[in-house]
Amino acid sequence: MSGAVEILGVHMEVGAGAERFEALHDVSVSIAPGEFVCLLGPSGCGKSTLLGALAGHLAPARGELRVDGEGVRAPHPERGLVFQQHTLFPWLRVVDNVAYGLKMQGVAREERRARALELIARVGLAGFESRYPAQLSGGMQQRVEIARVLINRPRVLLMDEPFGALDALARARMQQLLLEVWADIRTTVVFVTHDIDEALFLADRLLVMSARPGRIVDDRRLDFARPRTQQLLTTPGFAALKRHCLDLLHHGQAAMPLPRVTPLGAPAEAGDPLAVQ
Amino acid sequence: MDASHDGRGLASGLTPHSSGQPAANTGSRRRPDPSPRLLAALAQLVSVGAFVALWQLLAASHANFGIVTFANVPTPVAAADAALELLRSPKLARHLGFSLWRVGAGFAAAAVVGVALGLAIGRFAGVRRTLLPPLELLRPIPAVAWIPLSILMFPSTELSMVFITFVGALFPILLNTIHGVDGVDRRLVASARSLGTGRWQMFAQVIVPAAAPGIATGLAIGMGTCWFCLVSAEMISGQFGIGYYTWESYTLQNYGGIIVGMLVIGLFGMGSSALIRLAARAAMPWTAGEVS
Repeated sequence: MSGAVEILGVHMEVGAGAERFEALHDVSVSIAPGEFVCLLGPSGCGKSTLLGALAGHLAPARGELRVDGEGVRAPHPERGLVFQQHTLFPWLRVVDNVAYGLKMQGVAREERRARALELIARVGLAGFESRYPAQLSGGMQQRVEIARVLINRPRVLLMDEPFGALDALARARMQQLLLEVWADIRTTVVFVTHDIDEALFLADRLLVMSARPGRIVDDRRLDFARPRTQQLLTTPGFAALKRHCLDLLHHGQAAMPLPRVTPLGAPAEAGDPLAVQ
Repeated sequence: MDASHDGRGLASGLTPHSSGQPAANTGSRRRPDPSPRLLAALAQLVSVGAFVALWQLLAASHANFGIVTFANVPTPVAAADAALELLRSPKLARHLGFSLWRVGAGFAAAAVVGVALGLAIGRFAGVRRTLLPPLELLRPIPAVAWIPLSILMFPSTELSMVFITFVGALFPILLNTIHGVDGVDRRLVASARSLGTGRWQMFAQVIVPAAAPGIATGLAIGMGTCWFCLVSAEMISGQFGIGYYTWESYTLQNYGGIIVGMLVIGLFGMGSSALIRLAARAAMPWTAGEVS
């Protein structure tokens, strides 16, 4: 699998009728196969909208998105999407949730169960395969969500603030887990977040976005050595970059914050911790 | 009680150091409180008993209050007699059999039509636009009001009664199914699409399981209304059936039978509804209590 992503002159609009506004203005990015890219920006800057377009749920008003040269038209398993609140099927056990993608591909029952169990162990949930999602903690649910997407061996992994609803400790554990799993599979990752620490810790490359309208204001490589550890967070190099990002992000903050929009184009739900009040 | 021991069974010379009070207590143990559940059960028994006793009193004394009279109301004793008689009679099986067949057939038809239509209406805007308006027009009509038309439309008396039970069960099932489909989380559908679910697979793999709790509610309610409609239909037409038996008891002046019929109807109605709920819970194991 390769997973080269091209975003060419994309303009996007969100909302209906009188509330329609321009979420993204002339965004162009080229992402190499296997790159871990973080989209960093405040709520409402269009990063989730861009992710939705990459996933195939939203169509751009102008411009084009391509993966390995092919235009993105509709959702597809090779562009896996992980939401912030899990979307596991409550009526399926963990193993059946994870194996779902293979079932849709027509893989035989025994084989897909075996592959699902393998992946479940890989994300550290061995022993929980017979549970229902409602019987898991938030962090565990997100792990199953990630496993469910990864089983399709996607070329691009799209993640919309996947750890945003978790507490700080769980978040740190999940970031570590994600990097470990990614080191094995090396799929292209586009990771959306508003947390600077998270973005700097995870990414090979950082795209900073600003709002009103959404556009990319900074694009830099992060050359911190891999594998990355929590100690990185307190090194001077990290702190300098963080300061730089804070400056960039606060530059546009005088204006009223925009409502947060999900990758499906809908306003964030009432219980969403990241929704603007 | 031995004065050397306080109520906790400790010898008074060994009082706990934390207590600043004199060791000796009254020396008598408190009786344990009766369990709250036992009390609640007793209360229920007493209140039901009082109701039955009051009924016996009113009926046996032929109490007459002008606007309401108990002159012809059967006593609990008479009802019990009629019950025993019915239990021993070969007609019981026949009455029950007919009622069960009518409910079963009507409910099954309503379940198939209601769920299928509900899924289609819930999922396809075009279907909703065309089919929902006429259905909404028919909905307020109580099933019982259909009886005369049903007799005209169906030459077979049995089918005309099954039609009534069908109509009775249809609307709760249909509307709860639509509601269930409407309530499916958009994000579940989006994720399913991202995972490669085809259009028709979406129905079986996602929509139906997600809407299942709503459908189950509709089926349980529909079963209840089905019995309700059946009884009215049987009182008016047909032979055999529990509703018919109830009405026949009135015309033959076997007044105790009226009470028996009423109770049997209530029992079967509630019982079958409860059975549906139980079956639904067994079919949807993920709705059992959550463990955090």
